[in-house]
Amino acid sequence: MAVQSTRGFAAYEAQRLRSKWMDRIMRVLTGAFAYFSIIVTVGITLILIYETYHFFNELAEQGISWTQIFTETEWTPLFEVPKFGVVVIVVGTLMTTIIAMVVALPIGLLSAIFLSEYAPPKLRAVLKPTLEILAGVPTVVYGFFALLVITPILQKMIPGGDAVVAGLNALSAGFVMGIMIIPLVASLSEDAIYAVPNLLREGSYALGATKFETIVNVVLPSALSGIISAFILAVSRAVGETMIVALAAGQSPILNFNPLDSVMTITAFIVQVSLGDTPTGTLPFFTIFFGGFLLFVMTLILNVLADWFVRRYRLMY
Amino acid sequence: MTVTISPTEVNFRANHDRRKLTTNIFLVVTFLATIFGLFFLGLLLYDVFQKGWSYFNWNFLTKFPSRNPSEAGILSALVGSIWLMFLIPFFAFPLGIGAAIYMEEYADRDFWINRMLEINISNLAGVPSIIYGLLGLELYVRLLEPLTKGRTLLAGALTLSTLVLPVVIIATREAIRAVPRDIREAAYSVGCTTWQTTWYHVLPMAFPGILTGTILALARAIGETAPLITIGALTFIAFLPPWPVTTAVNEEGVVIVEKVSLGLNSFIQALQTPFTALPIQIFNWASRPQAEFHAVSAAGIIALLLVLVAMNSVAIFLRALLQVRK
Amino acid sequence: MRTTTKFFALTAAVALTASVAGVRQVIAQTRPVVKVDGSSTVFPITEAMAEQFQKEKKGQVQVTVGISGTGGGFKKFCNGETDISNASRPILKREMEACRSKNISYIELPVAFDALSVVVNPRNNWVKQLTVAELKTMWEPAAQGKIKTWNQVNPAWPNRPLKLFGAGTDSGTFDYFTEAIVGKAKSSRGDYTASEDDNVLVQGVATDVNALGYFGYAYYEANAKRLKAVPIVNAQGKAVLPSRKTVEDGSYNPLSRPIFIYVNSESLRRPEVREFVEFYQRQGSKLIPPTGYIPLPARAYAANLDNIRRRKTGTVFGGENKVGLTIDQLMKMERIN
Repeated sequence: MAVQSTRGFAAYEAQRLRSKWMDRIMRVLTGAFAYFSIIVTVGITLILIYETYHFFNELAEQGISWTQIFTETEWTPLFEVPKFGVVVIVVGTLMTTIIAMVVALPIGLLSAIFLSEYAPPKLRAVLKPTLEILAGVPTVVYGFFALLVITPILQKMIPGGDAVVAGLNALSAGFVMGIMIIPLVASLSEDAIYAVPNLLREGSYALGATKFETIVNVVLPSALSGIISAFILAVSRAVGETMIVALAAGQSPILNFNPLDSVMTITAFIVQVSLGDTPTGTLPFFTIFFGGFLLFVMTLILNVLADWFVRRYRLMY
Repeated sequence: MTVTISPTEVNFRANHDRRKLTTNIFLVVTFLATIFGLFFLGLLLYDVFQKGWSYFNWNFLTKFPSRNPSEAGILSALVGSIWLMFLIPFFAFPLGIGAAIYMEEYADRDFWINRMLEINISNLAGVPSIIYGLLGLELYVRLLEPLTKGRTLLAGALTLSTLVLPVVIIATREAIRAVPRDIREAAYSVGCTTWQTTWYHVLPMAFPGILTGTILALARAIGETAPLITIGALTFIAFLPPWPVTTAVNEEGVVIVEKVSLGLNSFIQALQTPFTALPIQIFNWASRPQAEFHAVSAAGIIALLLVLVAMNSVAIFLRALLQVRK
Repeated sequence: MRTTTKFFALTAAVALTASVAGVRQVIAQTRPVVKVDGSSTVFPITEAMAEQFQKEKKGQVQVTVGISGTGGGFKKFCNGETDISNASRPILKREMEACRSKNISYIELPVAFDALSVVVNPRNNWVKQLTVAELKTMWEPAAQGKIKTWNQVNPAWPNRPLKLFGAGTDSGTFDYFTEAIVGKAKSSRGDYTASEDDNVLVQGVATDVNALGYFGYAYYEANAKRLKAVPIVNAQGKAVLPSRKTVEDGSYNPLSRPIFIYVNSESLRRPEVREFVEFYQRQGSKLIPPTGYIPLPARAYAANLDNIRRRKTGTVFGGENKVGLTIDQLMKMERIN
């Protein structure tokens, strides 16, 4: 089968050369994009660290001991006598985040499973975009929703009414934050689950497993990387969410472990200062970046843990 | 004819019924979970429509904001948000998708710098949006002032692009990761270069997932208030960018089109005009004492949701067109 | 392959043209723009002015208004980025330094008064009036964790829980209230419900019979049916309710505060800026009342116009806030200098 071999081969060679050059160019180009993203992200990290350094400098200059940060139980940097008990805002952030995750993670994952395993394609085509609309509602709308709709409902439902459930509380804000994050978890998990090849599922069915058993033992472990990624993104989002908590969770600067009462999250504090009347270059201003740095560290720990988890338990196919 | 069933088979049969039941219960549970989110969406929409529907009319969409609630309109905010929605993909998507391709296909995953990079990018998704606003102010508004001319559409788009960049990268990486190895290996085995494999095989398969990530990113960007205010997006602005048409306000306060200006010059000028966006306007109206403004704010929310639905529809269409089920 | 190369070629061409065009000097905006930014308290007033002004100018002049906060506004103002800064307090020393270092001189123009109103729930039938001393007992830092019931403040009141609602700690309202009531700015107890959004505070007080809150007059006026304003015993010993009249005649003190705009003297040379600022003064008595703030008397605006004409720069406050000023006292201060 001698097909115009010499001419064909020359053309082939030429094309190979083009492909190789294309590959090299794209390697460099995408690498440039990646490294540019690195520069941006590293830049942000550096600025956070730099301004946090300023923060501690300012503290020292004003004669405020930095150990106060860990021992104090009030967070009032803007008061006449500023107090920097960071545990207050960290607890606030953790409380709202945990409440949000209790709502978003199970429901998001279960929705994802429904959409990709059980739902007929037409239903999926309708439900998935509808869920994504939830993600696009602006956070200020959610904030007012939490304040004006969810809080009164809670006050009616929980015995004790408004004596027990404060007008601004962590539960309301956390709950609505969870609802906002559901589509994030659901959509990303669902794509991960949908991408698991049918081959694996069919192999499982062939062994006599039920759908439930297949999902739990085969599909989810295969999609684990994507699911955990979705979870991490969700937690990051919850930790960094600003408007919902600023509007509905209150700004109580004292240590509070009761979700039915007001809390101050790190983000609510940041928005309060940066949109307010504080002159820049002062201690309260640097406190913003300190808050950002705290959040950064919190999500960093989480990411490292998740990275380890995925590497250990992921099912490679 | 009686068939004697051995003891193990009895166990298996009984088990089977219970296991089937488990599966069906699970079906109901997952369905309810899906409905849960939608229920609250419904509640929210009901609340919003009830308040704002009476104010949502053509007048509202084509007028500028006013101190008088019945005359207030959302035109400048609507145009501003739509502009941002078109600019952000231009910056964030090539950068994010390209970075993700590099990290997944080209880079050596076990090299410690690359691992740190991964973690760093994931981390940035959790930095509160207002910090991006502060950074955007320093970088895009002050430092890059010759290019962006200060607090303009371009600066706003760049700030929001930086904000959503980590989300785009992470979602794209997951989508690319989900493409099974054998596809790539089949391509390599016939002599494809890495780029050819990526462009012709991996990306098409990963495309729906990438699209999901980008939709979520844009949805996030359209709802962001705080970073835009920080970089100086306005709350009262009664004129529009001069592209594709130049507009003016005539004696009755109605916006008229002066001339069509499709040129590159007008485009660049438009990029360098001050702006506002839907969430800012919504938030501002909701913070006013007068109750009518709250209703106007709800009408603004309806407008924003419509823009969102339009955006999603385009994405759904693209996704349905290109989804490949193995 | 060819489509890919085409795509990249096209992108490169667009990018190249765009960058070349950008390097070329872009022609100035065809329409002049007046840039305003600053306090969200002053925003409704400036918005009303901007809207009306633009209408009368048939859109030939454009005015833009932002709400970065008084501090954020001053930062931009002292960097030369804005023409006018909305401020709910006088300019502070640090900000004056920043302006000086950039050679920016400004004209200080008080434009309205805000009456900080103390409100309780309409079903609250025991509070007939409040003295500054009683408010101080409620709000000072020492009250934190200790003053929890109404009868601890005044034994004549019932033994009911005291639920407090107030401004966020980073607002001019907070600064002013604490300085006027407690005696030192930013000196307050921490365990109260704070919010940036005054509507939230309105909601809180209107739905809790044991509540007491403070916020700007505009928010009280718009919700007068759901709230009850408490008369404050003033320096003369009389209990006065906040209203336009009592602010104008100076009897509602110490909780009346002036709000300002600061105008860049250089920008004032531009005709559009000058016309806008003058328009602002002339329309004050007409456009300000619907916003819920209290306009200055006509002679005050006339004095402002005079200051503009004479280019009287600088501030009469010396970089510090002053509480308890009446309109007359303020006008006297602005004239002497």
